[in-house]
Formats: sequence, structure tokens, C-alpha cells
Amino acid sequence: MTETLALSERPAGAAGDEILRVEGLHTFIRTEGGVVRAVDDVSFTLRRGEILGVVGESGSGKSVTCRTLMGLMPSPPAWSIGDVRYAERPGRNLLEVSGAELQRLRGAHLSMIFQDPMSALNPVMRVGDQIEEAVAAHARLGGRERHRRAVALLDRVGIPAAERRMRGYPHEFSGGMRQRVLIAVAIASRPKVLFADEPTTALDVIIQDQILSLLLELQRDFGMSMVLVSHDLGVIAEMCDRIAVMYAGQIVELADATALLTAPRHPYTISLLRSLPDSERRSRYLPAIIGAPPQLIDIAPGCRFAPRCALAQTECQTWDTELIDVGDEHLVRCWRHDDARRPGAWPEQSFA
Amino acid sequence: MSTTINPGALLLEHFETRSRRRRGRLSRNATLIVGCTLLGLVIVASLAAPLLTNYSPETLDPLRPLAPPLSSGHLLGTDEFGRDIFARILYGGRIDLLVAFGATGVTLVVGTAIGLVSGYFGGWVDAVIMRIVDLFFAFPFFVLVIAIVAMLGPSIFNMFIAIWLTSWISYARITRGHTVVAKGREYVLAAKALGYRHSRVMLRHILPNVVSFVLIFAMVDAVGNVLLGAALGFLGLGAKPPSPEWGAMISDGQNYILSSWWLSTLPGIAIVIVGVGFSLLGDGLADLLRADD
Repeated sequence: MTETLALSERPAGAAGDEILRVEGLHTFIRTEGGVVRAVDDVSFTLRRGEILGVVGESGSGKSVTCRTLMGLMPSPPAWSIGDVRYAERPGRNLLEVSGAELQRLRGAHLSMIFQDPMSALNPVMRVGDQIEEAVAAHARLGGRERHRRAVALLDRVGIPAAERRMRGYPHEFSGGMRQRVLIAVAIASRPKVLFADEPTTALDVIIQDQILSLLLELQRDFGMSMVLVSHDLGVIAEMCDRIAVMYAGQIVELADATALLTAPRHPYTISLLRSLPDSERRSRYLPAIIGAPPQLIDIAPGCRFAPRCALAQTECQTWDTELIDVGDEHLVRCWRHDDARRPGAWPEQSFA
Repeated sequence: MSTTINPGALLLEHFETRSRRRRGRLSRNATLIVGCTLLGLVIVASLAAPLLTNYSPETLDPLRPLAPPLSSGHLLGTDEFGRDIFARILYGGRIDLLVAFGATGVTLVVGTAIGLVSGYFGGWVDAVIMRIVDLFFAFPFFVLVIAIVAMLGPSIFNMFIAIWLTSWISYARITRGHTVVAKGREYVLAAKALGYRHSRVMLRHILPNVVSFVLIFAMVDAVGNVLLGAALGFLGLGAKPPSPEWGAMISDGQNYILSSWWLSTLPGIAIVIVGVGFSLLGDGLADLLRADD
């Protein structure tokens, strides 16, 4: 999957109006070493029926962004500021709603799939009970109806002999099957927005593909909007309508999937794409991005990526860069975005 | 080099490990079974006391004091007032088992609930509850119990109150610790992400994963409570004189220990049986629940 970066033929422009608008989201986490700026000024919109991909290295703030939006960051030590608008609750900032309101929103409006299917299911509860519980969380249902819906869900996510598997415990399921169960649990109350936090990272490639197709299918059938988080550009490229690239807690580039993959503007995105193996141009070397992401405590001013950037100039060390709109809703956090497009601007050895 | 897989050998290996595992499970269950049997016997014996002996535990027989075991119709002999020791041990079991289950059961439920709330909500709730727990831990447990009983006056019920007031702290602390761990698990996060109520997350998703640790401790604690009940009886702070309580019986018998050993020894053996029963039950339970992980 990773080797071709093939763009799937998804209907372009299927996306409708906004369902979620995030503006200036910051999440801070107090640690012994200082305050970590895990999410730093993240803004994006999610449209109805669209899949927004969020890609970045570990620790770039992808998961924290999702968890913050779900209200799942433990507070203390974490706290957030920003403005999160959800279309079904107009006039309210999701970061400020009451606990009871948040409870009503979760599951029924916003839901989440977690990375590790091994640990996201309760080990001492029957799978059927966990699904029935999710089915009944936001609706008044009788026992039979609850059971019927749970079996239907399990069947829908592709578990064979659903009726019988209802009685099983999570440890009796394989990783892929557990992820299917988790998906069933997450969509049980028909959420409008689904956050999928690295849903396939813990699975092998073949299962990955099955789970992704399942997600795509469900997303279309249910008309859900989805935020798909991954560090795997291949997965993101295959699934998403738009892509946000995160680095060190910030979105560095946000654009339509095709535009971002074919005409990237940010040096980080460009380096990232170049570091992928290419089946046509078999080379022994894969150009890596030298260095490591910065610590998110006591961040120095200037571009976060500058220390690793082949195009960095002295100004980059001192200038805080805003997201620049370069047209067609293509946002880039780099003032050299025009130079970055020209291969000639890159120093020779960066193409190794 | 080709590596061939011999299906026969694989199968054999499979069955060997399986039978080994089964044997392991059986021997583990053996402790559980023996523990249950011992406790069951004691419970049945003390409940069925009127069927097992014709003597009442408080009837005096002034003509035959200090009769040795197996003599003159008294299976385990009589004490200094001629009361039948067998009857007293059987009826005394009711009191001591009541202490074991009543005192432990209440503190188990209350302490676990407090620990669950403390660990789940965290913040100032947790801070306040844990400081109270620390406060209780700072006092020597036994002294605290004796002080409370002495204050309220010696009786079985006051002993219960003393135990309830003091031993929930261990349960609270154990539950709180495991709750904090469970709270960080993804399945709890997932439960929250689905919009479940706090009570549901706590009772259905955290408690079942926490309760095994508390149950195992409860078995140890039950032994402790039997011994505590006996010790308070021995000190004259538990059951009032005529009622048969094992600790009090040991205490009463100590004056005759050199001439009539059975007065103190036999109720002592009864305590040992209950203690061993609870310990084995706790061990067996611990192994069983650990095997499930």
C-alpha cells in the first residue's frame, strides 16, 4: 500500500458543508519537566461526509488533537484553549460544554476508534455485552431489540456467525476481529463524526486493508464525517479527501489530498513524500529526514522544522510562520513554499 | 537448508503443553477446593449445631467440671463449669464466622466503593479521601480498634463498629490504586468516548477489572478479623462471658492450661481451621483470577 501512493477514485467534491470547525486549538500538558505544548494552534474544518487525514510522526500531536476534541484528555494535567464549533450544537464551544452535555455528545455525535484493539475492549466483558451496551447508551431499548441490533452490527462489520460470537470474550478474537468489534461499538449510536486514531497501526497489512475498506464503506453508508489519524502516508493517501500534515504540534500543511500528494509545498511534506519507497525507481537508499522532532517544552521561536529543513535560512530560526493560503484552500506553514516546489532550490545532497 | 515441520510432533507438543496446563490448573484449584471445604465444614457445623449436639453451650453441669475429651458423654470434654466444649465450639463458630463475614463484608463493599470513587474522579476528592486514609493508617490498627471498643463498651456489635470504622482504609487504598491504573486503560477511555455515564464506566468497566485484587485481600483480611475477634474476646472486649466465643474460651481456659489443656487448645484449633480455610481460599482465588488474565 505504501509503495504506490495510488489515489483511490473517490468522488471529488462529495463533501458538503462544515460539521466541525476547530480554531486556534492549543493543548498543554503539565509534566515534571515543564509544560508540553502538545497541540499548538491547530485550526481546521471538517465537512459533512468527508474524510480528513491527519498524518505526522509520533508525538506530533495527532492523537492529542483527537482526544482533546473528544474531551478525553485528563485534566489536570492537561488543559486546552481554542474554539471548537459543532454544527449540530450551534453557538457553543465544545471545549466549554458541561460534563453532562459532553456525555450526550460522545458516542451519539462524536465517536472514536482507538489504535490498539488489544486494549480498547474490556477484557472481562463478553463482546456481545459491550456492543449491546454501546447500542443502548443513547437510546431506550428493550433487551430483545438491543440484542437484535447488536447482532446486526456485528454482522455489518463482517464478523461471521455473529450470533454465536456475541458470547465470546475479547481474548477469543484475533486482532483484526477485535478492531471490527471496536468499530461496531464506536458506530453503534450512529455518530456524525468519527475520529479514527491510527485504527490499523496494530494490524498486519492484509488486515489493514480490510479494515480500511470497511471503514470507508461504513463512512459512506452512514454519511459520517471522519478524521483519520495515521503515521502511514499510504493509508492516508488511499482514504482521505483532504490531508493535514502535523509536525511538532502544529499543522504545517493542509490541502486537498491530490494537491498535497502531487504538489506539496511544505519542505517537511516534500521530504516525507520523498522518503517513501518508490516501486518504479528502485534505489538502495531512501532519503531520510535527518534529526528528530523538537522537544515540545520551552519551544524556541521560529519554524519548528527549521533545524531539520534543507531549505532553512537564518530567518527561519527566528520567524514564527503563520499558515499561508496559497490558493484552492491549500494552507502551508512555510514562507519559502514557492521555492520548495522547485527542485533546483534544494541542496544537492538532500536528494541522495 | 529446508525446515520441515512435522505435524505429528507439533500436535504432540500441543497436547503436552495442554495437559501440563490442565494439571497446573487442577493443582491450583486444589487449594481452592480444600479451602472451600474447610470453610464449608465449619459453616455447616456451626449452623447445624443443634443437630450435632444435645448440649446447650451455656448449660452448666456442676457435677462434671473439667472432664477430659471422650469421657462421660462429652465428646470434647467440659470446661471449669461443666459446659460442653463441643457445643461451645459449634455455637461459638456462629459468632466468629459472623465476625469474619460481617466485618469483612461491610468493609469490603464500603472500602471498595470509596476507593473506586477516589481513584476514578481524582483531583481534590481523591486528595481528601487519601489523606483520611493516611490518617487512619498512621494509628496502630489494633490499638485503634481496642480504643473504639473500650469507648463504646465491650460487645460484639461494638466490635463490628470498630472494625468497620478502621479497616475500610485498606480496601479503599487497594481499589484506588488499581482504579487509577484501569482508568488509563484504553477500554475505559473507549467507554468514556461512547458517552457512558460515570456510574456505568465505574461499575461495569473498572470494577470488574479491579475486584479480584480486593477479593483476594478480603480473604486475608477475614482471617485477620477472626483473629481480631478472638483476640478481643481474649482481652474481654468482645463477646460477653456466657456466650461462647473462641477467643474468650481460650482466655478462660488459660488458668487451667497445665491441668486441662483442652479448654484452650480445642477452640484454638477451630480458629486455625477457619484461618487456614480462608488463606487457602484466598490463594486459590488469586491463582484462579490471575490465570484468567
